[in-house]
Amino acid sequence: MWESVIGLEIHVQLNTKSKIFSPASTDFGSSQNTQACAIDLGMPGVLPVLNEEAVIMAIKFGIAIGADILDDSIFARKNYFYPDLPKGYQISQFEIPIVSGGSMEITIDNKTKVVNITRAHLEEDAGKSIHDLYPNESAIDLNRAGTPLIEIVSEPEMENAAEAVQYLKNIHSLVRYLGISDGNMQEGSFRCDANVSLKKQGVDKLGTRAEIKNINSFKYVENAINHEIERQARILERGDKVIQETRLYDPSKNETRSMRSKVEANDYRYFPDPDLLPVCISQDLIKNIKSNMPELPSTKKIRFISQYGLSEYDTIILVSDRELSEYFENTLKTSDLNPKLVANWIITEVLALAKKTYLSVKDYPVLAEDLRYLLSNISDETISNKQAKEVLERMWNNNEKPRDIIENEGMKQISNIDELNKIVDNIIKNHYKSVEEYQSGKDKLLGFFVGQVMKATQGQANPKVINQILKEKLKK
Amino acid sequence: MHNKTVSELKKDLKDKKISSLELTNHFIDRIKSIDPQLNSFVSLTEEYAIMQAKKIDSEIAKGSFRPLAGIPLAQKDIFCTKGIRTTCGSKMLENFISPYDATVVEKLNDAGMIIIGKTNMDEFAMGSSNETSYFGDVKNPWNTDYVPGGSSGGSAASVSARLIPCSTGTDTGGSIRQPASLTGVCGIKPTYGRVSRYGMIAFASSLDQAGVFTRTAEDCAILLTHISGYDPKDSTSSKKDTPDYEQECKRKFTNMTIGIPIEFLDGLDNKVREVFDENIKVLEKNGCKFKKISLKSSRLGVSAYQVVAPAECSSNLSRFDGVRFGHRAENVKSIDELYKKSRSEGFGQEVKRRILIGTYALSAGYYDAYYLKAQKIRKVISNEFAQAFKEVDLILGPTAPDCAFKIGEKTNDPIAMYLSDVFTVSTNLAGLPAMSLPMGFKDNLPLGLQIIGNHFDETKILSLAHHYQQITDWHTKKPKISGD
Repeated sequence: MWESVIGLEIHVQLNTKSKIFSPASTDFGSSQNTQACAIDLGMPGVLPVLNEEAVIMAIKFGIAIGADILDDSIFARKNYFYPDLPKGYQISQFEIPIVSGGSMEITIDNKTKVVNITRAHLEEDAGKSIHDLYPNESAIDLNRAGTPLIEIVSEPEMENAAEAVQYLKNIHSLVRYLGISDGNMQEGSFRCDANVSLKKQGVDKLGTRAEIKNINSFKYVENAINHEIERQARILERGDKVIQETRLYDPSKNETRSMRSKVEANDYRYFPDPDLLPVCISQDLIKNIKSNMPELPSTKKIRFISQYGLSEYDTIILVSDRELSEYFENTLKTSDLNPKLVANWIITEVLALAKKTYLSVKDYPVLAEDLRYLLSNISDETISNKQAKEVLERMWNNNEKPRDIIENEGMKQISNIDELNKIVDNIIKNHYKSVEEYQSGKDKLLGFFVGQVMKATQGQANPKVINQILKEKLKK
Repeated sequence: MHNKTVSELKKDLKDKKISSLELTNHFIDRIKSIDPQLNSFVSLTEEYAIMQAKKIDSEIAKGSFRPLAGIPLAQKDIFCTKGIRTTCGSKMLENFISPYDATVVEKLNDAGMIIIGKTNMDEFAMGSSNETSYFGDVKNPWNTDYVPGGSSGGSAASVSARLIPCSTGTDTGGSIRQPASLTGVCGIKPTYGRVSRYGMIAFASSLDQAGVFTRTAEDCAILLTHISGYDPKDSTSSKKDTPDYEQECKRKFTNMTIGIPIEFLDGLDNKVREVFDENIKVLEKNGCKFKKISLKSSRLGVSAYQVVAPAECSSNLSRFDGVRFGHRAENVKSIDELYKKSRSEGFGQEVKRRILIGTYALSAGYYDAYYLKAQKIRKVISNEFAQAFKEVDLILGPTAPDCAFKIGEKTNDPIAMYLSDVFTVSTNLAGLPAMSLPMGFKDNLPLGLQIIGNHFDETKILSLAHHYQQITDWHTKKPKISGD
């Protein structure tokens, strides 16, 4: 009955060393107002000077999404009063952004779709208002004021929350691949506004949209969009009209509520900032950046499949995070491990541990080289899979080295045929009834014998070898 | 001592005929005794100045001599001075102490100059008569019933009355040249981008430019050399090398072709026209060739200016919101009330008028009709000047349509006030350098001659001005109030 139409505006903090228009540092977490210089404070007489590093990062992003890089983009002032906006205007780009066009491919349930990107522009972040520090006063922290952002605006081409989240995840992955943002959503380095509207099925004309502001997790984006679709559907169902307005998502109640309507909306009085010249970008610079681009997720995916023979499913997981894909390749490095084994272990075991302990790749307690050591012990059958899992857990939780654990615990797998032959003979002798049952066709009893051998060897016997020996000896 | 030029003082200090301390004390005494009649200073920096003068004297004693060592100077109160109150002529900044020095201030301090005080000005440089200052009107030294012009009225009046050998100013639509004309001193507004705007409280960023007031063209050249140059803190400052203007303007004068825009003379006051024509004759006799030119669109300059300047100022002045610095209203209940009350109390009428005009011009639905159209006119004016400079070296005309007017005469007629800038605004719109120098009198009030040059042709302007002052003596006339 109703089709939902979604467009996203994503704000990405760039990880430049200094701010976009001032030499102050951009480090996160410093004490309040220690990283705001006269320029960030909007003192009388100060002037902005554009940080070239931010321009280069925006160009990188533009190249990565196949966009046009405009060589005369203009900074404009977006005028509005807010206590954490020191100058009374935000320096942004309006008519001519630095990045124009481009697209992002998303895959959901094996179906691939291209989401077009309208533009991406450079701008400065505002400071923060803190309302819960003093009982009757608000406080302002201007550390964040002037932090460079790119705002990435998509076309309204996503049809549901799942597509929107996938698009968001792909952009998130991309900016981290490019090394232009840490993408930290809790710290606000990556946040998004969602424009949601509904239209009748088959109709081209878009409905009235609501903009949900400042959502800072993938889950919240999904919830907020779904909630907003339901809300608008309810309104339209009863024959009312959706109001164009800005809404806020409240995760604690899982609902959106009105911030301000179009009537109350600011007239931002955009005009070109006379303090800054047009951003001149030479073709040489673009060429230079192009030749130094890191491998992007799309290319890496193709390479992983062909080079390592991995499944598409596994590849998508590994490639979604630049650091994870590097962890995979570092584990594999110069070893003759089977890439599928490595991929399996990372996707099932390592990611499970990471999820449980809330750690991202850079904080993994198990280094790629240690994982490699562990997996090579499985490969050469020194230890069993089961043993390896125990070892990995200890490595993860106690920061122990795999070599120490395996050696100290004497965790060697017994693969010596003579030794195992003796043990098997002994077991067959003591369980002659079971042997008879097995021989009369009860195949399932093989597991019982394997278990007995394991028990006798305290789990150190090589299951593959035991199986062979047992099958041989239990023949009639 | 106070009748000497910067150039002469520089020599006397170097030759140790006088110490910086003596000089500094002399001017402080003069300001204390004469300025109560003029009100050209907002702040006197006596203690600081004496300390600096002693420091410079000891440097000189040790044989090290900075280029402008020990010469007293007044800074227009629009330039941020570290540790010294910077008011911009406004209640909003009545108690504002800047944490940093403007680039112009830093450069002149480094050159060894002594800041003796900060001069009065129209509030936020918005005005042509110095009547919009929160700190009271400045009086014209030639007749204290008259205005000194504005917005740099205090800087002009103090140099005119010999309270200081030189001062700084800023010019957005004529704020250096018009008061120079009305008080009978020299004032130069360099090419946009020649001097850094860092630390100069912004009025209209695309038009604002710093300059200086002196009594001679040579002194203008000396000071200009020291304030010019690229500043990495100002993206709009030029990377062009700075010539030694002092040397350049004194080189042998080569005859030039000078354009006179017919539009500047059309309907001009008879006496002003007479004085101007006499000066043309003098220059002709001395080898200059004159040519009538037309700057048809210059008559649109004031209109375009009155859109662009308020538009930019409406945005530039948003930072004065009572949150971080400046005037903050008391007993407010909400953030909106804090903004409204602080700004209503802190800004004067003219500033409010321009913020309103500018906000209107930038509003959705009006932007194209006002701001964009004004920018187009600006382009046309620039092109006309560019065309003219293909035929002439310099353009000459009167600086202002008339001599000084009486205090209060135009305060209720903003349009008449804005027309004081009719000959000066188009050079700001085109970013060109221009200078005003004394050329005669009407009713015992000075008149100024404006020389406009092509971009970065300050040398030509100063050369003509210096040459003119070698053959005339208008620049040596001084108001009675200055004494002997």
